[in-house]
Amino acid sequence: MTSGRPAHGRRRPVGPAGDGVTPLRSRVRAWLLPLAVVALTAAGCGAQGDGAASGRVSGELVVFAAASLNDAFDALGDAFGDEYPDVEVVANFAGSQTLASQIAQGAPADVFAAANTTQMDVVAAAGGLSAAPEVFTTNRLEIAVEPGNPLGIDGLADLTDPGVQLVLPAEEVPAGSYARQALEAAGVTVTPSSLERDVRAALAKVELGEADAAVVYASDLVVADGRAEGVPIPPRYNVAAAYPIAVLADAPNPATAAAFVDFVLGDQGREILAAHGFSAP
Amino acid sequence: MSETAAHTTSRTAAGVAPPRVAVALGIVALALLILPLLGLTLRAPWTRAGELVTDPVVRQALQLSIMSSLAALAISVVLGVPLALVFARFDFPGKPFVRALAILPMVMPPVVGGVGLLAAFGRRGLVGRPLEGLTGITIPFTPAAVVISATFVAMPFLIVTVESGLRMVDRRLEDAAATLGADRWTILRRVVLPSLWPSLAAGMALCWARALGEFGATITFAGNMPGRTQTMPLAVYLELERNPEAAYLLSFALLAVSVAVLVALRERFLTAT
Repeated sequence: MTSGRPAHGRRRPVGPAGDGVTPLRSRVRAWLLPLAVVALTAAGCGAQGDGAASGRVSGELVVFAAASLNDAFDALGDAFGDEYPDVEVVANFAGSQTLASQIAQGAPADVFAAANTTQMDVVAAAGGLSAAPEVFTTNRLEIAVEPGNPLGIDGLADLTDPGVQLVLPAEEVPAGSYARQALEAAGVTVTPSSLERDVRAALAKVELGEADAAVVYASDLVVADGRAEGVPIPPRYNVAAAYPIAVLADAPNPATAAAFVDFVLGDQGREILAAHGFSAP
Repeated sequence: MSETAAHTTSRTAAGVAPPRVAVALGIVALALLILPLLGLTLRAPWTRAGELVTDPVVRQALQLSIMSSLAALAISVVLGVPLALVFARFDFPGKPFVRALAILPMVMPPVVGGVGLLAAFGRRGLVGRPLEGLTGITIPFTPAAVVISATFVAMPFLIVTVESGLRMVDRRLEDAAATLGADRWTILRRVVLPSLWPSLAAGMALCWARALGEFGATITFAGNMPGRTQTMPLAVYLELERNPEAAYLLSFALLAVSVAVLVALRERFLTAT
């Protein structure tokens, strides 16, 4: 404060100029509330694809995909982007049940790829699909164990050993419901340590060394890249997990969404899925 | 009119009235804070409240939440009050840095705390690995992990509240007691603690509320197992996908607890003086 500048130097002088100031203030006020409302609404809506109105394959494409599809759909998104440079694929990966509930709550998504028909049916029942879903790939279960399988886990029956720290995906998670089917088919009753919110969270517990075993998809162990290894589950107990995909009824960018679904179902899509440990439908 | 404009700056009981723009923005802020509470109240399925309270998943989660948050509170008092005393009454090299580390969990994302807890107390962790090697005990996925997570995120709230309370205790009383021959324990018990009580109570309420609401560190470090590590916030999160109505009702129950804490703290926060 040694500069001698008055403390409120930047203030508009009041008094004689007061009459000139008031209209400006009320104009500011008049703008402010709608502005705030617009800001709040925009925050809820997110961006819309350029291709939305035109029907062109371009703009932002929002894909909601099961957690197990994470790496495969990252690669699919990149390949799709190579084919259509005007498209930006944005993916949201989570347990299919989480995605289904987000879609039900109005999340702005174009495509839904689920790990089972149950969660796709949840969205369909609410009128959330623009066309019938198609199965684009299948998966099977394996037991994820630590590298080198130090506990010598050979199959589902070994998971009952109280010395085995087992985690399963929660029952609402598709992988969790498949795991329960497999355990039931094998006549095995287990006491898991934790029920994880998606299949990758269950795998991560094994990769971190916190759990000895988790029931996950064979495709998950392809991406585990040595941090966990797979113990096969015999076909008589195993399940064929069918993954359906569909364009959503409220898709902001339906033309691009339809092109993406075709791409996933096409030869290139199938190739990428196979490279990530998924099987043909 | 223009002559008097300068003198019409209106005053409220609290002082000069703020510009109207600030008032308008303040109303938007208030709406943002209140609308979720209103929505929760309106959407909660009150008619099903009875059947949900008796639902085993809800009962277990409630029981676990109450027990683990009270355990976290007890640990926080036993360990946090002494640390607050150290911070308030000692000067040592690097104290600002150490103090910042101790209260970091207040501002860091709880999930990060959970990852850190795994790195420290997980089976491969700094402490967790030798602990398992020596005793065979593992912490993740146990109710103990829930308590540790809650303590980690909640204890700093108690520490800062008690520490600021300690700074307001009249040092002259302590000096007088010392002059009269009281030893350190007697001064702490007879002089410091009695005048510290309001801050301690406020710190305990904040700490307990934070422990009760803990989610991120818990789901990361303790996992999710009904009856073992699934607390109320975890149950809310997972019920939202299975039974949204139950999630609304559970959320309202947790909200009611928060309101109760605020009311208990009204002297401190509601009157703002």
